[in-house]
Amino acid sequence: MADKKHKLLEVKGLTMDFGGLRAVDSVSLEVHEGEIAALIGPNGAGKTTFFNCVTGIYNPTKGDILLHPKGLETRRLNGLKPNKVTEMGLARTFQNIRLFPDMTVLENVMIGRHCRTKAGIFRAILRDKGVREEEQLIVESSYQLLEKVGLEDFANEFSKNLPYGAQRRLEIARAMATDPFLLLLDEPAAGMNPQETADLDQLIRKISEEEKIAILLIEHDMKLVMHISNPIYVMEYGKKIAEGSPQEIKDNPKVVEAYLGEETDA
Amino acid sequence: MEYFLELFFGGLTRGSIYALIALGYTMVYGIIQLINFAHGEIYMIGAFVALIVAGVCTIYGLSGISILILAAIIAVIYASAYGYTLEKVAYRPLRGAPRLSPLISAIGMSIFLQNYVLLAQTPDFLPFPRLIPDFAFMEPVAHIIGSPELVILVTTMVTMILLTLLIKKTKVGKAMRATQQDMDMARLVGVNVDRIISLTFIIGSALAAIGGVLVASYIGQVNFYIGFLAGVKAFTAAVLGGIGSIPGAVLGGLVLGWAESFAAGYISSDYEDVFTFGLLVLILTLRPAGILGKARKQKV
Repeated sequence: MADKKHKLLEVKGLTMDFGGLRAVDSVSLEVHEGEIAALIGPNGAGKTTFFNCVTGIYNPTKGDILLHPKGLETRRLNGLKPNKVTEMGLARTFQNIRLFPDMTVLENVMIGRHCRTKAGIFRAILRDKGVREEEQLIVESSYQLLEKVGLEDFANEFSKNLPYGAQRRLEIARAMATDPFLLLLDEPAAGMNPQETADLDQLIRKISEEEKIAILLIEHDMKLVMHISNPIYVMEYGKKIAEGSPQEIKDNPKVVEAYLGEETDA
Repeated sequence: MEYFLELFFGGLTRGSIYALIALGYTMVYGIIQLINFAHGEIYMIGAFVALIVAGVCTIYGLSGISILILAAIIAVIYASAYGYTLEKVAYRPLRGAPRLSPLISAIGMSIFLQNYVLLAQTPDFLPFPRLIPDFAFMEPVAHIIGSPELVILVTTMVTMILLTLLIKKTKVGKAMRATQQDMDMARLVGVNVDRIISLTFIIGSALAAIGGVLVASYIGQVNFYIGFLAGVKAFTAAVLGGIGSIPGAVLGGLVLGWAESFAAGYISSDYEDVFTFGLLVLILTLRPAGILGKARKQKV
């Protein structure tokens, strides 16, 4: 199915220990171009730890995290600082909202854009013509991003004043502002009502199809996961217990036992 | 009324100096939650560098305000280098250590720098040349506000406006605010947090050096210990206004300056410190986070 597609992210045997606790136990996973992949599992399965390793917040104990940007050489992400990982073209959002609360919606997006600009500290302070033009371009492209997630009317609002669903969308816009080719979403639908979840469903598809950004998401909302993602990886107690298409996952007895229980029989 | 105005402008002058130094404390605290006890020493080093530059310039026959400007520029460069190095040597290795460790390191650096200047220069008070001339146009109001006060007020005001523009308008400023609000997240959107922290120390030190030069030429003497008292007062101003808040530091500085000036003028100059620190206790009782401070939510 995905054999001919370009492999973007390749994680091999990732292990993360916290003292004596093995939070992630040799998990391997791949994300290809154009995919919306999902990582699911019960609470405490190690999904967010996995994300933290990939995005440079933790340095994994063992294993390889390889990024294969199209047309560029492969990069190993282990031990890189988060800002370097972001520069490589990998962005993420958080399970609990982590916006900059006292900055405007527009500024929240603009800050993500800055890592793609060239002007150094001194030129930014002196603000020569080139810098001002660059700044203007950033404002415009940030507006466009806000339009894509439907927040253009809130541009000058403080982000802490936005409704919950809008804050989630802003997080996605900010991550997209760093111009990634792979986006990691940590429980984007957490706490959303059915309508907001449906909007999110649309937004994720739009990002995948129109922006050509591959997506890896952690999610507990099974309806959303089964609807948009393929392939699906399942973790339990730090180990990967299954992977496959939504249908294969639904039919996998191990998964049903570990995670889906009776709820998804219907 | 004239006496009131004299005290008012005297307080404003003192207060704007406190504010200038307090900005360094508050910016550093806002970003890495560290009280940089060595900040007062940077101020003192700024004053010493200015003294040396002024001495050399006098030999070459320059005079007055041109020396002041040259001395200030060189002092700013020197102090910035000290601030940058201070962070690199004493605080960066302790990033991620318990909060007490960098604090002790800061006290250590403060003592080290004091004694370094004591040994390298002299334990005595050195006279600082009077570099600010009496402007003719200030003659009619000279009994209320003198030329040195005017220069101090204008300089601090311009500096603060530039700082505000830097923080509000430039992308560096945006990165600084982002780092202050959520350091990990700032990293994840591509901000080089280490560079921003260095820059914060550089800016804070530059402000302190400007303060040092102005005060030294106003009071007319320097010694290795002047940074301690200035540091304590400016730190008080930062706490008073709400540490971590930039407008808070300015407001705190001004309140402190006025409190000192009026207490000294109307009651007794022996008691000025009693009133200022009494004010600090009072405000912190009513508003523990300072006048403009926000109670900080603990991030988990």
